[in-house]
Amino acid sequence: MEQRPPIPQIEDEIVEEFELFDNWEDKYEYLIDMGKKLPPLDNMHKDDEHRIRGCQSTVWMVSELRDGQIVYHADSDAMIVKGLISMLIRVLSGQTPQDIIQADLGFIDRIGMTSHLAQTRSNGLRAMIKQMKLDATAWQLKANAS
Amino acid sequence: MEGRLDIEAVRGQFPILGRSVKGRALVYLDNAATTQKPQSVIDAITGYYAGYNANIHRGIHTLAEEATAAFETTRETARAFINAASTDEIIFTRGTTEGINLVASSWGRANLQPGDEIILSTLEHHSNIVPWQMIAAEKGAVIKVVPIDDNGVFQFDAFEKLLSGRTRIVSIVHVSNALGLIHPVEAVIRAAHAKGALVLVDGAQSTVHLDIDVQSLDCDFFACSAHKCYGPTGVGILYGKRSLLEDMPPYQGGGEMIREVSFRGTTYNDLPYKFEAGTPNIADVVATRAALDFMTGLGKSAMRAHEDKLVSYASDRMREIPGLRIIGDVPGKVSVVSFVIEGIHPQDIGILLDNQGVAIRTGHHCTQPLMERLGLPGTNRASFAVYNTRGEVDALVTALEKARKMLS
Repeated sequence: MEQRPPIPQIEDEIVEEFELFDNWEDKYEYLIDMGKKLPPLDNMHKDDEHRIRGCQSTVWMVSELRDGQIVYHADSDAMIVKGLISMLIRVLSGQTPQDIIQADLGFIDRIGMTSHLAQTRSNGLRAMIKQMKLDATAWQLKANAS
Repeated sequence: MEGRLDIEAVRGQFPILGRSVKGRALVYLDNAATTQKPQSVIDAITGYYAGYNANIHRGIHTLAEEATAAFETTRETARAFINAASTDEIIFTRGTTEGINLVASSWGRANLQPGDEIILSTLEHHSNIVPWQMIAAEKGAVIKVVPIDDNGVFQFDAFEKLLSGRTRIVSIVHVSNALGLIHPVEAVIRAAHAKGALVLVDGAQSTVHLDIDVQSLDCDFFACSAHKCYGPTGVGILYGKRSLLEDMPPYQGGGEMIREVSFRGTTYNDLPYKFEAGTPNIADVVATRAALDFMTGLGKSAMRAHEDKLVSYASDRMREIPGLRIIGDVPGKVSVVSFVIEGIHPQDIGILLDNQGVAIRTGHHCTQPLMERLGLPGTNRASFAVYNTRGEVDALVTALEKARKMLS
């Protein structure tokens, strides 16, 4: 599997990309664009088992362990949320469970959209991060047990 | 023109309307969730704490007398506002939700038998569903649901067919919070009474827009919230017919609601205090009077006329937006335009509108059974108050056009 750069480095890259935009429209359009580029999730995974609660929109997420690294796949019926997932997957997918559990994801505050993305419960950002970390913990426990 | 309001003067009474959001003038169109508060309400809260804060009813000193008088004056103002026969029938609660819970719990526990039927409608807010499910589960009662058509319209014929000798109570929303549709509560009450069933009217959305006369409606219970009527949060008014309230057991035990307490047994206070256990929300009840006076001062028919014009203008302008569909687009509604845009999730609209200073509500509006029936994940809801303007409707439409462009 291709080696991903460390989490903080990807976070810095994303922050730099968002710094290119000085108004909210461009930032959101970029985020929406990221969502559009998210690889589609197989419909078989769009069920209750893979649904993340705590979002106004519906989010489905699946993870797998490949060569000691976690790979996430996800989708949503809302575009901005899809952009958020896409961004989180870019940062966390392909990383080790330990790195994912420890990631502080400070880039979310740094991209200048905090007032929306971090504070409101409705966009489910926190629920998504929580689920990604829970999956990482579960994979780590499973790996340690075997 | 008679009853015409000076909206700029009205706006001047609401300090929050002067603020900006994300660098733009606030356009507040989430009034069905809660309205903003006029200066008179804010002053009444401050005035109470700065001038005569004291616990009520039992105190012997001047402050307690003043606080008690102010608290009870609101009760009289509320009585007049909904035209109840007596202040004994006006119970202060925390809001509509608590009012419905009080009736479901107290009346339901004393009166429901296994197999008894409770009728609700598909349009109910969760607050008028869950309390009944809880008491129904406890007592073995059965909940029947009045269907709606594809536009969200309450099916009166189907309601009449659901009424039976086992129907004990009908609990129905006066105005739908999600769609703004006005329900034929007068006819519902007549039909239910003919079968010997009681009726609770959920007035959370109607009280701020329609003239409420509980005696002419002849409803058995009526519940509403101050905060949706320009008043503070944390205050509700529950009306109940005296004969029913007298026979109902207390809802909660504690101070205020007792006559005499001993470990051999306790006797309860008279109405309405029997249902007001503990120190109430005195400051906000006091300030509720200012909110009721605000509405009476402007006149509900004048307020309604202004709001109707906004709804009609907003509906016309929004129909110009490609792919936009108004949900519940029928005559006979108040204050609300609920809509979806083809292929765009309401949450995306809500976020992009907020970035343009426009506050609306998106989601299921605490009416999941209704959304399921309409086959929607949720809607976008713009809801209007007396202080909104045509200019704000234009701002909404411009913001919607921009959001649609960004998302397509």
